[in-house]
Amino acid sequence: MSDRLIIQSVTKFFGSASNPVRAVDDLSLNVRENEFFTLLGPSGCGKTTLLRLIAGLESCDEGQIMLDGVDIAALPPNHRPVNTVFQSYALFPHMTVNDNIGFGMRMQGKDQADIQKATAEALELMRMQNFGARYPSELSGGQQQRVALARALVNRPKILLLDESLSALDYKLRKDMQIELKRLQRETEITFIFVTHDQEEALSMSDRIAVMERGRIGQLGSPQEIYHRPVSRYVADFIGICNFISAGSLGLQESGHIGFRPEDATILIREGQQPDTPGPIVHGRLDALAYHGAVTYYQVTLDSGETVTVADHEKLPVNVDARVRVALLPDMLIRCAS
Amino acid sequence: MGLSRGTTLLLPFLAIMVVFFVLPLCIAVGYSFMAPDPMGGIKHEFSLAGYQRFLYSPDLQGNLHIDTRYLEIIFKSTVLAIFATGLCVLIGFPMAWFMATRPEKQRDFWMILVTIPFWTNLLIRTYAWILILRDTGLVNSMLQEAGLIDEPIKLLYTPFAVGLGLVYSYLPFMILPIYSSLERMDWRQVEAARDLYATRLQTLRHVVLPACIPGILGGVVLVFIPTVGSFLAADMLGGGKQMMLGNLIENQFGMGRNWPFGAAISVILIAGVMIGLMVIARRGQGLKEVVG
Repeated sequence: MSDRLIIQSVTKFFGSASNPVRAVDDLSLNVRENEFFTLLGPSGCGKTTLLRLIAGLESCDEGQIMLDGVDIAALPPNHRPVNTVFQSYALFPHMTVNDNIGFGMRMQGKDQADIQKATAEALELMRMQNFGARYPSELSGGQQQRVALARALVNRPKILLLDESLSALDYKLRKDMQIELKRLQRETEITFIFVTHDQEEALSMSDRIAVMERGRIGQLGSPQEIYHRPVSRYVADFIGICNFISAGSLGLQESGHIGFRPEDATILIREGQQPDTPGPIVHGRLDALAYHGAVTYYQVTLDSGETVTVADHEKLPVNVDARVRVALLPDMLIRCAS
Repeated sequence: MGLSRGTTLLLPFLAIMVVFFVLPLCIAVGYSFMAPDPMGGIKHEFSLAGYQRFLYSPDLQGNLHIDTRYLEIIFKSTVLAIFATGLCVLIGFPMAWFMATRPEKQRDFWMILVTIPFWTNLLIRTYAWILILRDTGLVNSMLQEAGLIDEPIKLLYTPFAVGLGLVYSYLPFMILPIYSSLERMDWRQVEAARDLYATRLQTLRHVVLPACIPGILGGVVLVFIPTVGSFLAADMLGGGKQMMLGNLIENQFGMGRNWPFGAAISVILIAGVMIGLMVIARRGQGLKEVVG
């Protein structure tokens, strides 16, 4: 697959001239054709600013933004073939759903018949055929979300930008929309760039993820790479739970810390019990356990004083304060820079 | 049987409405149907003379003839008010836009600047314009000083001065409602429009203006009503040469000593404005759809 978008050494300053803050700091990345690409990070990491730079709603201070080989960094937003789904949807309240969806094509001076046809198709794609004549205030949050999506997608943009688009929805609706978004991306074959702070959402939807840290990219890779081979403690901590203990307490002849995911370890409760896979074993005392249905979380304080969390599918017959051993899967140990 | 709590709480408000709005209006309507007392005031007997006077005037034999002078005054006043209101929209909208696009902390400062003129009496502020506009005033002396003109330009006591005075006096009443609707507007809609291929001008027309229509209509009502009945600007800046509706009414209660006639013109003015408002209210919804 070839690159649709190449961002090259882009920097964006905010704040006063005397005290500039680098919201995006010398950042480079590439997004491929027909890719579901996610910018993931905590609030203030610059992910939304980067999205707005691509949309043209902010202008970059340095660097290039190449879309299909053309530098669009200096173009105003209305000359960029990308469209945005805003966090707050930003639907036009005085227009019907049909007029909202047709807005982009009307502004481009498209033929009235084409606009009507495309609007009807977009509504069908969103399964909202009967809502065309309504006003946004007459729709639920989830329906407004779909209209915002349709309003952007109907223009067949080269890239669809989604700014925390699901965060305003409640849990159940968000889960449905995640599946819906994946379906839309597959069916329309449009490149999606999705901004979120929800690591679970990022892992489940993305082809590739860029984890952002203070205006830079901490790591760029597939969800599996990001999860199992994080390059830094920051990335490991941000994506799911990650235990870090010193290599010394694992009895390893190396310096620094070793990380492992809760599900990459097992709790041994019986004396002399051996793990299925031989590997490092550490001793400790069970602090607490939390039953979550599919898994149970065990919090263990090791003899070295460090605390780790282990997830097991079984609810083991063990009580708080019992002596336990934690067996680690040797292949799943995470070694990264702190 | 007692009044419900809600109704009881409304009573003071209703009392104020009756004393300050309903009662004076009833008196005005009542006086307009009575006969004038030559010494001023009214005679307590029913008469349509006030309304008759508006359209007809008697000749020396006492025969009534159609007289369009007062209609012309109404027409002139309305045209002037429409003109001043239109100018207020054209000047007020950019000013409100400027205020609403300042950083949040600066907006209060601009608000105060806009309301500062209210701290001084309108009469004094209008008089100040005389000092600025007269032949030896600020404008003319500066232009002469700069060598741009030899003779002073006639500014004071012209229709231009009257219009200027009206626009100056009532501009804040246009700026504030427009500002308030601009400030409440969701600015992400502007970004959405730009993202959806709208130029700046298209964004203004299709997204910003529709959001401002309630503010603009409010401003139009607040400016048009006082300007159509104003007399201060016409008196002081127009030199009393131009008889406006406001002057006409004022005269009837003053030197004219024809209270019923003054009351009748007032009632005609109120009725006209009310019909206008009803049309605007009905069209308001349609206007939104047209602009959208």
